[in-house]
Order: sequence, then structure tokens, then C-alpha cells
Amino acid sequence: MSDTLKVPTMAELFAAGQQPEVLFWVGCAGSFDDRAKKITKAFVKILNKANVSFAVLGTEESCTGDPAKRSGNEFLFQMQAVTNIEVMNAYEVKKVVTACPHCFNTLKNEYPGLGGNYEVVHHTQFLKQLLEEGRISMEGGQYKGKRITFHDPCYLGRANNVYEAPRELIKKLDAELVEMKNCKKKGLCCGAGGAQMFKEPENGSKDVNIERTEQALETQPEIIAAGCPFCNTMMTDGVKNKEKESSIAVMDIAELIATAEDL
Amino acid sequence: MTYLPNILFAIIFVTAIVFFSKNVMRLRRNIKLGKDVDVSDNKSQRWKNMAKIALGQTKMVVRPIAGLLHIIVYVGFVIINIEVLEIVIDGVFGTHRIGLNVLGASVYGFLIGAFEILAVLVLVSVIVFWIRRNIIKLKRFLSNEMTGWPKSDGNIILYFEVVLMCLFLIMNAADSSFQGLDTGNLISQHIVPWFNSMSPESLHFVERTAWWLHIVGILIFLNYLYYSKHLHILLAFPNTYYGKLVPKGQFKNSDAVTREVKLMMDPEADPFAAPAEDAPEAEKFGASDVADLSWVQLLNAYTCTECGRCTSECPANQTGKKLSPRKIMMDTRDRLEEVSKVIDANNGSFVDDGKQLLGDYISHEELWACTSCNACVEACPVSIDPLSIIMDMRQYLVMEQSAAPSDLNNMMGNIENNGAPWPFNQMDRLNWAQEQ
Ligand code: SF4
Ligand code: SF4
Repeated sequence: MSDTLKVPTMAELFAAGQQPEVLFWVGCAGSFDDRAKKITKAFVKILNKANVSFAVLGTEESCTGDPAKRSGNEFLFQMQAVTNIEVMNAYEVKKVVTACPHCFNTLKNEYPGLGGNYEVVHHTQFLKQLLEEGRISMEGGQYKGKRITFHDPCYLGRANNVYEAPRELIKKLDAELVEMKNCKKKGLCCGAGGAQMFKEPENGSKDVNIERTEQALETQPEIIAAGCPFCNTMMTDGVKNKEKESSIAVMDIAELIATAEDL
Repeated sequence: MTYLPNILFAIIFVTAIVFFSKNVMRLRRNIKLGKDVDVSDNKSQRWKNMAKIALGQTKMVVRPIAGLLHIIVYVGFVIINIEVLEIVIDGVFGTHRIGLNVLGASVYGFLIGAFEILAVLVLVSVIVFWIRRNIIKLKRFLSNEMTGWPKSDGNIILYFEVVLMCLFLIMNAADSSFQGLDTGNLISQHIVPWFNSMSPESLHFVERTAWWLHIVGILIFLNYLYYSKHLHILLAFPNTYYGKLVPKGQFKNSDAVTREVKLMMDPEADPFAAPAEDAPEAEKFGASDVADLSWVQLLNAYTCTECGRCTSECPANQTGKKLSPRKIMMDTRDRLEEVSKVIDANNGSFVDDGKQLLGDYISHEELWACTSCNACVEACPVSIDPLSIIMDMRQYLVMEQSAAPSDLNNMMGNIENNGAPWPFNQMDRLNWAQEQ
């Protein structure tokens, strides 16, 4: 177990005249939310192990503006975007990896029109690439044969057609990937998107995350895998609501890999 | 006297076409009430999408039963309508089955035989459709927005098709000279015995009646389209052509906002400068009525088939929220039709009627229930994007009315002040790296 995480900032590298291979965009949840911070750290552990040259923006990072845009505040979104783009362009960022599909979508699709052109990948895509390049190795170990179901984040799946990277990683863990009745293109939202995360739901018969958790439970999983900090929260709450938290874990793909590798 | 039927036919035909053209013009005018958008890019991809989605029905077969039935009705309807060409020529020139003379008995017989088989397949499919709507009562045909006219509309279309197909078969069966050819009467020959006891005169009368009702029925159906969800048989083509090409998660950035942001970020700009004399009027952000939407969004509204695939996949709707993406589309069309009537009543110009799409049709509650998950967009068989309308209306609520739910206002306040949706200090953003 390595104790200290190596988390260089862009500012430090820039001062030393270095340019990292990739910028790790941590995102607000990854920076501040207690559950999501664990995902951030798990991902960094893998990056450290694989000796990936990366850096974060640290205190120079700011919200991408996704929740503002989805709430209808286009002005606030664009203010956030141009501020972030200014910072990233100053560091001559070429490639960005993020563990948040909302950041991923916004950076990849909505920043170019405002002057921010980067190659943006989701961490599951990045991890898959590391694996293919032999920079990390994966042995299933403790996940061998475990039933894992994957919840497609809307902003990774339908929004950007990334369905396979997370699934391939799960399979590489020798786990048994079990699909929910609504998966991939037909995946059901966890209920957090479109800024719902930050407000009370409208009146209805049920919360969306409960509906989705029920679908997940139908597959009788030991682990519900997610690729988004917000989905993670929603599914964790759903599992708690069903009083299944002692038997079913909700884990990010990065966490699965980090624990499999005993990092 | 002998020319009377020809003249009568010509009058009916021309009237129907004129009336239809008027509605097409009205449709065009209404769609053009929307804001301009540039969709001139990537023509080859657009043609491909149209060929695949509208012509090839690729999205329909995602639900195999409905998809297959729909393909039968669609193919049947299109192909059988080739017969209309013959009917029109016969009608105008007083000929009888002109195709027979032109094509010869074997080709003609083959064609009509194929039409007859298709007619039966269409009949069966339409009956199954009717059963699904009225007896099995599939959930997606029962929502709140599917009462009244939309419900009747769905059934009227089915009745129309049943009647038209039956008339086609009866017309063939009662045509003794056609039966005499004994080719192409695959199905109709089995109907002939029904008429055995009839005199040749009565039989001829039945044949003529079926012929007239068939063509008049088709012309009525043509003119019914504008008032019906059945308009999709025409508009599905342009609508899939103009459908979104960028990733579904990519929402458009508002150019008007970009201009303002640039101005704010420009150190040279004087924030206190009085606006220039010729400055354009401040733009309205987002949409509160149909004219604030783009013409593609309005085309979407007219194209909607009310099939409810969007709504049945919508997480908000599935969990009992008021939001239904189908209703968003139907409301947009209904409001656009209302605006159209106001324009017609005022010699071609719109006069404020004190109503708008937001509030009078679509409530705040519906708009705020959306998770922007794109399930509706993915589900739509004709490339409609209900989510874009929801987002434009949210933009109006927030930017023009500051009418977001208070939780969201807090969230946005946090982003503005701390660069995160929660009240954490930006300076603490890297603290996680030190925590164990
Ligand atoms: S994007 Fe909104 S309206 Fe469409 S399915 Fe998702 S929640 Fe429903
Ligand atoms: S928007 Fe599309 S999916 Fe929804 S009812 Fe209309 S045609 Fe069907």
C-alpha cells in the first residue's frame, strides 16, 4: 500500500518547465464530495502505479458549468467555461481525463465552441487504454466470478456513446458482468442529471434512483459498478433505502481496479 | 352527358389538391415562425439519416412487434398508392384500368396481385393496432395527453385505412372484366361469390361506388393529414434529415450569451458605457413561446406521431412526475396551431392573444422534472428532440425570470462565488490530495 499520493499541479510542472501527458480534471464532486473523493484517490493511485505523467489544476480548477447550463443559466455556464478555458489554454493543455461524465461531456462537446479544444476522455476509456498499452495489468483476484452490474451514466452512454470501455474493464476483472433490463442505449437515468442532484425531486410516485436501484437489484449483484460520482451517490442512496448496503457495494470502476491491484 | 363523371372527378380532384396545398403553405408559414438555425452542414450524413431512419424505419424496429406491423402498413400504404395514379388517369380521361393497356395483362396482374396481398396484410396489421390501442390498452396510449382528440385521431386513422383497403378489394371483386382476366385477383376472387346473386348492372354499380369512395376517401385522407398526427408520413423525411448530428449530450451554446460574456471579459470594454444608438434590442434568452424556438423544433412538433415511446422511456414520467416529453411536443404543436389561427384571423400578422407556450400549456413543474437524460431523444423513431425545448424553456425561466427552484438558485450562487455547486472554498479544492 502506498501511503502518499503524488498529485502534481499544472502550476508546479509549468514552473519546472514540464508538460504532463494528460490533465486530470477532478471536478467538483471529485474534489469536495466525501464519497467521490475516494474515487479520485483510487484513480490517482492507478495513475501513480502506472507512472502516468499527469497533473491537476488544483485551486485553479473551477466548476465546468454543467449544472448551471442544465438549469438554464447559460450565462453562468459560459462565464465558467471561458474562465476554465483561459486557464487550460495558458497551460497548453492537449489532453484531459476526468472521472465525471458531466465534466467529460461539457469539456468534450461544449467547450470547443468557446475556444477550448482538447482531446477529452473518460477515466474508463483512459484506463482501458493503459491496459491495452500494457501500462497497467489487471488480475481479477478478489472479483473473480463476482456478479457485477454496470449502471450506464447518461452523459457517458447515450450522450456520448461510450458503452464498452467500462464493461471491458469489468470483464478484465474476471467478474461476471450482469446486465440490467435497461442498459446501454436504453439505460435508465439515476435521477441526478440535469441539475436534479441539487434540488428536491418534483412530486411523483417514486424517486428515480429507487426505480433504478430496483432494476439493479433484479440482477442480484454483489456489486453495482458506476462510472460517475453522481450516479454513485444516487445508487448508494437507493441501496441504503432497500437496506442492502451490507451485501451490495456501489463502486466506481476505478475503485474496483485499485482494490483488485491492492493499491 | 358522358363527360359528366370526368368533369366531376376533375373538380373533386382539383379542389382536394388546392385545399391540401393551402394547408402545406400554412404549415410552411407556421414552421418558419421559428428562429433560423443553420442546418446546411454535413449533407451526406443527413441524407443517410433520412434514408436509414425515415425510409428504413430503423428506429421503429427497436420495438419489434409494433415495428414490424408499422413497416407492413407503411410499405403497403405507399405501394398501394401507386394504384392511385391509375385511378386519377382513369378518372380524368374516362378510361378503365389504363394500366392494363399500358403494361399488359401479366405485369398488371402481378402488380395488382401484390397490391391485394399487401391490402390484406395492412388490414390485419391495422386491426392489431386497433386492438393494442383499444382492447389491450397499452400504457403508452393511455396517458393524460392521450384523451380527447389525440385518442380519436389515432383510431380515425385506423378506420380510414380499413375502409380504404376494403374498398380497394371490393372494387376489384366487383369488376367483372378484371375478374375475367383471372390474373392479379389473388384475394378479390374470394370476394366475388358475395356478389353472385347480383345483376350485372348492380355489380357495375357496386364497382363504381367502390371506385369513387376509394378515390374520394384517399383525397379526404390527404387533407386530413394536416389536422392529424398522421402528418408524420410526410414530415418524418425532412425531420430526420434535419435531426441533431452532434453527440446527444452536446447542448447548443447561445451565441447571444457568448457575445455578452466576451464583452464582460474584455478589459477594454467600458462597463458603464451607454449602449450605442444603433445597438440591437436586447435579445430574449430562452423560449417562452413557439416563436422563440427554432424552426427545426417547430418541425419536430408537427412531425410527432404521438407514439409515446419517448414518454415510456422517460425516468421522470416512469416515476409519476408530471413531465411527459410527448406532451411537450403536442403542446408545442397545439400552441403553434393556436398562433396560426390568430394569424389567419388577423390578415396574416400575429396579434398578442395573451397566451404563451410556457404556463398556458407547459408548466414549470414539468420543466423542472427533467433529468436531461436523453432517453426521450434516443427513443423517438423520427429524430425528435423534446429535451431541447425543455432546456430552452428552462433558460427563459432562469435568465429572463429568475424563476428557478430555490435549491438551484443556491447551487448557482455557489458556482458563481466558489466555483463549485456546493459552498466550499475554491482554495480547498486540492485538500483531498493530503487527506488519507
Ligand atoms: S431528457 Fe428529460 S424529458 Fe427526456 S426522457 Fe430524460 S427526463 Fe424525460
Ligand atoms: S416525440 Fe417521438 S417518441 Fe415522442 S411521441 Fe412524438 S414521435 Fe413518439
